[in-house]
Amino acid sequence: MSAREEILARVRRAVAGAEDVEIPRGYRAGRPAEGAVEGLVELFAERVDDYRAVVHVVPAAEVPAKIDACLGGRRVIVPDGFGRAGGWDDLDTADGVVTTCAVAIAETGTIVLDHGPGQGTRAQTLVPDYHLCVVRADQIVAGVPEAVARLDPARPLTWISGPSATSDIELNRVEGVHGPRTLEVIIST
Amino acid sequence: MSATFLGMPGNFPENSRKAVHDSQLRFNLRKATHTIRGKRASVVGELPDWQELRAAGKAIKEHTLRNLDRYLIRLEAAVTAAGGTVHWARDAAEANRIVTGLVKATGETEVVKVKSMATQEIELNQALAEQGITAYETDLAELIVQLGDDFPSHILVPAIHRNRSEIREIFLDRMPGVSPDLTDDPPALAEAARLHLRERFLRSKVAISGANFMVAETGTLVVLESEGNGRMCLTLPETLISVVGIEKLLPSWRDLEVFLQLLPRSSTGERMNPYTSMWTGAVEGQDFHLVLLDNGRTDVLADEVGRQALRCIRCSACLNVCPVYERAGGHAYGSVYPGPIGAILTPQLRGMSSELDASLPYASSLCGACYEVCPVAIDIPEVLVDLRAKAPHAAAERAGMKVAGWIFNDHRRLARAQRAATRLRKLVPKRLPGPLSAWTDTRDVPEIPEESFRDWWERNERA
Amino acid sequence: MRVALFITCVNDTLFPGTGKAVVSLLRRLGCDVDFPAAQTCCGQMHVNTGYREEGVRLARHFTEVFAGYDAVVAPSGSCAAMVREQYPKLARPGSKGAAAIAEVAPRVYELSEFLIDVLKTEDVGAYFPHRVTYHPTCHSLRGLHLGDRPTRLLRNVRGLELVPLPGAEECCGFGGTFAVKNPAVSAAMGADKTRSIMDTGAEVLCAADNSCLLHIGGTLSRQKTGVRTMHLAEILASTEEAQ
Repeated sequence: MSAREEILARVRRAVAGAEDVEIPRGYRAGRPAEGAVEGLVELFAERVDDYRAVVHVVPAAEVPAKIDACLGGRRVIVPDGFGRAGGWDDLDTADGVVTTCAVAIAETGTIVLDHGPGQGTRAQTLVPDYHLCVVRADQIVAGVPEAVARLDPARPLTWISGPSATSDIELNRVEGVHGPRTLEVIIST
Repeated sequence: MSATFLGMPGNFPENSRKAVHDSQLRFNLRKATHTIRGKRASVVGELPDWQELRAAGKAIKEHTLRNLDRYLIRLEAAVTAAGGTVHWARDAAEANRIVTGLVKATGETEVVKVKSMATQEIELNQALAEQGITAYETDLAELIVQLGDDFPSHILVPAIHRNRSEIREIFLDRMPGVSPDLTDDPPALAEAARLHLRERFLRSKVAISGANFMVAETGTLVVLESEGNGRMCLTLPETLISVVGIEKLLPSWRDLEVFLQLLPRSSTGERMNPYTSMWTGAVEGQDFHLVLLDNGRTDVLADEVGRQALRCIRCSACLNVCPVYERAGGHAYGSVYPGPIGAILTPQLRGMSSELDASLPYASSLCGACYEVCPVAIDIPEVLVDLRAKAPHAAAERAGMKVAGWIFNDHRRLARAQRAATRLRKLVPKRLPGPLSAWTDTRDVPEIPEESFRDWWERNERA
Repeated sequence: MRVALFITCVNDTLFPGTGKAVVSLLRRLGCDVDFPAAQTCCGQMHVNTGYREEGVRLARHFTEVFAGYDAVVAPSGSCAAMVREQYPKLARPGSKGAAAIAEVAPRVYELSEFLIDVLKTEDVGAYFPHRVTYHPTCHSLRGLHLGDRPTRLLRNVRGLELVPLPGAEECCGFGGTFAVKNPAVSAAMGADKTRSIMDTGAEVLCAADNSCLLHIGGTLSRQKTGVRTMHLAEILASTEEAQ
């Protein structure tokens, strides 16, 4: 018998006669209706700031200027579809990366990349030490369930909540290990 | 890492006795567990629907386990359709053989690893080393453990038993090229690890990971982490091999909405961990292999009481609140799974034929703190008690328990035993002999009263 | 109301004063108290140490002895939790034993539950002019979910100054046979608990379980701290006249 067949047979033997259970979804009852929540931008900004990431809330028209100000003289990767000219090509020597995102989560201060247009490859948002992410206000959802519902599992997804960190030394949080040590977020309203 | 947990001598009482007397270890553990306890309580308290999430988490896992065959087949189909290759391993040896073969086929002799409990459980690093392949742990705590030729002592933070100055010493001794001016400031230590691993990440062609979750419906694997070492390993190498226990399944994509709330808050005490990677099959040109691991899990599944241990999502909240773990430390459990969850998982996965494994179900005061914080409501005390009934018992203890049972079976016998104790009350020594000396080493014995309650009642009330 | 006192084997043998206190307290509150003489032990030690067969026999004995009472009151959170929480897991579903357990178990109360939930009283008219700290034992806290019932009762005791115990919810390290099977860890937990107790400056440590007090009290006494241990029932039974 192959390992596959044997494991499946063992599983079937092990659970024979066991009762199945209903999954209570009571947690969904309290979820806010899409679009019905006030203050998502403020909550998202506050929660991102809790991770010691830098947050700017800027009217849409002023975003390009804000990006310029944030990037300063950095050599920055600009992924295809971001809509900005120029950009550095060499991953190993880049100082940073600027991207959009797929979804952002207010309750947890999380941005999610699905690496579609404007978001670059997974490596492009990982290797450089600085990540600037532009989030549109309409991309911000209340919580994790709303984000999961919006995402496409067929795409590679990267959930980012603040800069790289570790709690491995005495369980105290230290920012900056292998991922970008600085995360900056522009919320476009 | 040459250290291995399998076949470790000793037993829990003996191992923990040594740990209790190590004041540095006691200090490190107390500080760390109390820090994380507070953080967890605060972020769990933020969610008004925590108990509903917990109930859903428990039920999703129960339902998955009940239908595990169906969901495994579905997962296999989804991963295969997305360009991945699925392998099945009955036990540790088979899993190690598969992984070693896959690495050898690439021609590489070095691999980078994301922290993974499953690969520790099967002692993959040793198996790779025997075939001339060096595995580099990239999680900071795992690196500390590996460089120190040490054992992990916690599921989430394997180097919890080390404080900053001990970590500095290990880095100075064992980390090639480290600056002799390295301080014990945690950011400086993290920076040293960053520099040490940077080149390795950029040049490694093969990575090995585990996974926190696998979604049957879509074939998606999910890894939660903090440092970015996981993203490095999952993203940069050409070949990715993930070794995952068969119980890590979730039926549907939407089920992640429950577990991505339960796990980070229970584990690191954060609203969300810094990085979560999700991928489905072979992504961005990578070669992807999934090794599904049984290694005793189907035996656990067959146990009506014990199978709830398979719901575990390895958050380690139970370790952080456990008063026994806090004082004994992780090494005393002699397993990659320490603490309360280890005390019920290890004896089920390995059996109770060794003295150490047979002592684990007793490594608890049954205080219930673990059950209270468990995000998937594993009734750990219930499983401990069930395992105690199956554990081998010493002959003297068995005889003593039989006598006690015989006395308790009839109130007249109990009354006679109480009167005998009363007659001998003046003769009870301050230090008791035999196994009871364990009591009187640190505690006084109570005075035996002149009369039991039942005799008092009989004398005063029965009339 | 026909109330049976389930004294528990530890109280019966080592702490008869606790039993006498329960009897006088319940009578003061107008209850008719009976002590079924055939009672022995709930079987917790056997079950929790891995001797299920003996434990099941004792559980069967318990359900026979206490059948037919309106309420069974135990001055022990641990033994009450054994009957209410663990007994239902001992019997085969649908069996005669399961039916007997379902009949008796819900009517078993720990003392503070009985006073507050059944007798609906928080002030039992007690007087105890001392500085007291309260340790919520694990099985009363996490097994029975007694919450603040015991401290609500203590707050209504005249003259009593209740001081909070730091780290109160942490186990004292008793754990039944755990105390002798893992003596080093048990003693370390006990030492930390006694340190917290000393930090409160209390004269008396109170709890709803004499088994835990046996361990903490034995440690306090060995360290010659001068702090006394008293069961909740004994404080609640104290009156001005008696003092």
